[in-house]
Amino acid sequence: MVDTPDTLLEGDRLSRRFGGVVALQDYSVKLSKGDLLGLIGPNGAGKTTAFNLLSGVLPPSAGSISLDGRNLTGSQPEAFAEAGIARSFQNIRLFKDLSAWENVAAGYHMRHGAGWLSTILALPGARASERRMREKACALMETVGLADFIDQRAGDMPYGHQRKLEIARALATEPRVLLLDEPAAGMNATETEELKKMIAVIHEDLGLTLVLVEHDMRFVMSLCRRVQVLNRGELIADGTPEEVQATPAVAEAYLGKGRGKKVA
Amino acid sequence: MTGGTGMMDRLRHNPAALGIGLLLIGAALIAGAEAWLTPFERTVIGFAGINIILAVSLSFSNGLTGLFSLGHPAFMMLGGYTAAILTFPAMRKSTMLPGLPEFIATSELSLLPATLAGGVVAAVAALIAGFPVLRLRGHYLAVATLGLIVIVQVLINNMDSITRGAIGLAGLPRLSNLWWIYGWVAVTLFVTWQLKHASLGRALMSIRENELASASIGVRRARLKLFAFVLGAFFAGVAGALWAHLVTNLTPNSFGIVTAFMIVVMVVLGGSGSLIGAALAAIALSVISEAARPIERAIDAYGLVQIVTATLLIAVLLFRPQGLFGSGEPVTRRMTTPGKPPSKTSHEHRGGFPNETS
Repeated sequence: MVDTPDTLLEGDRLSRRFGGVVALQDYSVKLSKGDLLGLIGPNGAGKTTAFNLLSGVLPPSAGSISLDGRNLTGSQPEAFAEAGIARSFQNIRLFKDLSAWENVAAGYHMRHGAGWLSTILALPGARASERRMREKACALMETVGLADFIDQRAGDMPYGHQRKLEIARALATEPRVLLLDEPAAGMNATETEELKKMIAVIHEDLGLTLVLVEHDMRFVMSLCRRVQVLNRGELIADGTPEEVQATPAVAEAYLGKGRGKKVA
Repeated sequence: MTGGTGMMDRLRHNPAALGIGLLLIGAALIAGAEAWLTPFERTVIGFAGINIILAVSLSFSNGLTGLFSLGHPAFMMLGGYTAAILTFPAMRKSTMLPGLPEFIATSELSLLPATLAGGVVAAVAALIAGFPVLRLRGHYLAVATLGLIVIVQVLINNMDSITRGAIGLAGLPRLSNLWWIYGWVAVTLFVTWQLKHASLGRALMSIRENELASASIGVRRARLKLFAFVLGAFFAGVAGALWAHLVTNLTPNSFGIVTAFMIVVMVVLGGSGSLIGAALAAIALSVISEAARPIERAIDAYGLVQIVTATLLIAVLLFRPQGLFGSGEPVTRRMTTPGKPPSKTSHEHRGGFPNETS
């Protein structure tokens, strides 16, 4: 397969088995800079597995992953983050005992943290980098609408805000691709609407490439120009929301055989 | 009086002045202790200081990073023996420690370089042991680090041409005094405090809080865990060196599993990850165990201290598992608002959030 020059993230025929269970089979994805892809599918379709492979949390059983032509297959998640792939988690994984700004500042550590010796000696470089990280963390929290929670212990924040904080922390790694695993899960209608705005800001103003895993079909259909549908570990549709909705296999996966024709 | 709070505020925002002030107070206390207290009392205070170094360094590597290591006694042993061999009178080395290489056998170092060497040897050992051992987590790591204690004990027992084996080293020069010990206490607290309250500290704590999330934001876990482990080992080595030159003898059984237990209790009592908490718990347990000694003798119940300590540990784990201060510090419960110079704006946010809502 020849890479087109503007391909940013590429997963090529990715498979993942857990013992005898095939969680994902021959899943391929290609993203160009600025894409916003929605990944949907019924429970157990392999969406989170796909995310875990694309973010390096799990190594694939077969297939390869590259970012900007650089092969990352089999690397540690640290290397994926360093290359520019950031993610949020379906079951929120914040640093609960740290304050909200510390969560975000931890995200900046990879690219802006000072070394141990200059930190101990409080050299001017280390102090400047610490100040810069605090400023950036605060500014980022303002961007995502969490300015009032800077000093709050992350674990004590309202659920919807925890999700936003997780996204802010991921943004602090200054990624090129952001993977959001069910960002709207458990949110009420107002929070979902806010989140939608926030994602649009991230996508348009920051120019980030995004992949969303979502259960909420309406959410995905209204945000994404491109949608992939997984079912039982296999990709069954890939196209615009309209095309995907018109695919019989999709309706079948969601509703069963011989039933309605429209999803959402 | 307004002057009082004004000064407190200025100190709070000027850590350098605060540090110098604390150092001066500490120096005055030590000078007083050296001048007026009995040798026995000074020794007890010395033990407390060594325990502070041990507890604070373990709270750093275990508490911040979430490594549950019990290996401190192994590093104390390495540091203690290294320093003791280096300060041992050169005249006696040739007969008592015939296996030493020429340049060590003929030299006789003073306490500071010997202590540093002890710390470095312990740190190097931690670096080597850390590669395989730190791949383990939780109680697997705890058991593996217990193994380190056994390995070091066996090595020292069997390398008798440079360690005198099970006989141990006796008649070491009594070089440790309160100045040296508390000087190292200050260094330990300073170094760990600086690291904890900076980006590196947040990265370390992120590993403890959620290792997967930490990796996914690019925190190099393996490296940082090793760093915390090695730094903890360095200070354990230093503490071992100071101990050897306070007690003036050292055997392969000077530090063992009971030592590991006592240090872990101090860390748990103080709050895992809390540096001040660990220091306070170290002082408290040191004083209790010395105070209990006459009682043990009077009622002929040796080991009472260990039983009391163990009971205390169980009580803490049951009723206040986060210890005295959790993983925080009593003096910085509330962060000043970051990103703004802490001189003026911090007052507005202390005790509450800004009023405007989004």
